[in-house]
Amino acid sequence: MFCCGVYGFITRKNMIAILISLELMLNAVDINFVVFNRFLFPGQMEGMFFTLFAIAIAAAETALAIAIIINIFRSNKDIDVREINKMKF
Amino acid sequence: MDYTQFLAMKQEIGLLVVFLLVFLYDTFMPKKALNGTAAFTCTIFAIFTALGFCCLFSSDVTAFSGMYSTGAVMSAIKNILNLGVLIVLIQSCKWANSEFQIMRRGEFYELLLVTLFGMYLMISARHFLLFIIGLESASLPLAAMVAFDKNRYESHEAAIKYILTAVFSSAVFMLGLSFVYGLSGSLYFDQIVSGLGNSANSAMLIVAIAFVIAGIGFKLSLVPFHLWTADVYQGAPTSVTSYLSVISKGATAFAFLVVMSQVFGQFYDKVWMWMLYALIILTITVGNLFAIRQRNMKRFLAFSSISQAGYIMLGVIAMNEVGVASLMYYVLVYIFSNLAAFGVIGAIENATGKVSMDDYNGLYKTNPRLSFAMMLAMFSLAGIPPFAGFFSKFFIFTGALHQESVAMYILVLIALINTIISLYYYLLVVKAMFIKTEEECQIANFRSSCSERLGLWITVGGIILLGIASCCYSYLLNLTQASGMMSMF
Repeated sequence: MFCCGVYGFITRKNMIAILISLELMLNAVDINFVVFNRFLFPGQMEGMFFTLFAIAIAAAETALAIAIIINIFRSNKDIDVREINKMKF
Repeated sequence: MDYTQFLAMKQEIGLLVVFLLVFLYDTFMPKKALNGTAAFTCTIFAIFTALGFCCLFSSDVTAFSGMYSTGAVMSAIKNILNLGVLIVLIQSCKWANSEFQIMRRGEFYELLLVTLFGMYLMISARHFLLFIIGLESASLPLAAMVAFDKNRYESHEAAIKYILTAVFSSAVFMLGLSFVYGLSGSLYFDQIVSGLGNSANSAMLIVAIAFVIAGIGFKLSLVPFHLWTADVYQGAPTSVTSYLSVISKGATAFAFLVVMSQVFGQFYDKVWMWMLYALIILTITVGNLFAIRQRNMKRFLAFSSISQAGYIMLGVIAMNEVGVASLMYYVLVYIFSNLAAFGVIGAIENATGKVSMDDYNGLYKTNPRLSFAMMLAMFSLAGIPPFAGFFSKFFIFTGALHQESVAMYILVLIALINTIISLYYYLLVVKAMFIKTEEECQIANFRSSCSERLGLWITVGGIILLGIASCCYSYLLNLTQASGMMSMF
């Protein structure tokens, strides 16, 4: 799942799709934590709590990124990453 | 739960008070008084910084069953960051009061203080949950700050590049953490150390450490992970760029040092020394070589800051008290020299809107004082002897050489050669300002505003004084030796 996210991050051309790929990566991390917690250390809850916080942080990240994407759409009328190339090298 | 534990976080509480005061001032003061927001913020932040230097916060405490810990070294690095933030605040007064920004001036200060709070948490965290929260609250508001110039398209472009790489890097970092958790069963730094004890050389550990280094490497803009740096620095407003390049980088470097030494310290020579070794060589070399071909001053400083990050990492790879002290000293000197350079660039940009190096031709004729400050900053960044930059480089090399292995000698040799390369491009700026005077200078003579001049005086004073006053460095060294941060080696 993490690798799917990385693949999507690299190949997608639409910024929203890139954002979804990022979410995929973050969710992969969350599941990883929960699974480790459940199967390796069933007596404690640390991984679960980490996951809860990570979900909240991921939500904040998405909100911010979408706000910026909306701004770009306003000035550019397009959210294709190939168009975001005004500054290079 | 014992709520008095919160009182242990004195410095954080102080910052929170500053933040709340700024917030209340911005929200409830009458329209007329709002022009004073900038001055008000600078004043109370200056008071807070001064309190920090009076050693009010430097007692050793741990709170929340070891999640949070502070001490003399931690509060010293926070004081250094405070000093840098104060200079950034002073320099940004003019920009924040310009007519395009006046609507959201208060938000700029609030976001800036929140990111500083995140950095505090990141430095003091002894549990990875707190660390992640600090890291995120240090990087997310920064994306909003990068997008601050609502009317400039480049600002949005920089912001989207920054937020996407920031989220990507924190995902990679958290994946590394999940492996660490799977191996050790805990997220407390000290319990991880004992939990990992029997898993040396396992493939999962190597992957975990690689991911952690990659995740923080993005924030520090070490070389394979540096691609966002130049674009973001160019697109962001100059005040935000200076904040991003100095404060954010310094705090992350120190947090990186803490993580590597306290958590993964036992795997130093087996696992991560060579990873970091390769990263340092790449970072210094690539940063320098790309800086040569830049014509935009902000992009030029971006690549210069990439290579400076490589030098800062020398303090981490040294893994001893001298390394820690010289890293702090390096960050302190870097704050002064880089902020002097950004101060000049910001002043010129505010007055004329020009940021290209060609516009600086013959600047000496029209604005001798600004070009003098710029020259000092360049000399200090390049490491020319009487100025502070030379001593910080010298100490950081000394720290790395304490290992006395051939590999370290080679590393320092490469870093030294790169210093000479960097001298070339730093002197290009000086040459443009002082020697290329045939043609008419593009920038007419102007008088920079009061706040900008104050900021430049502080930074220039810092560059010269820190080079002379050796007591700063020996103070930091005594501090780290007394704290026994590296006692496990």
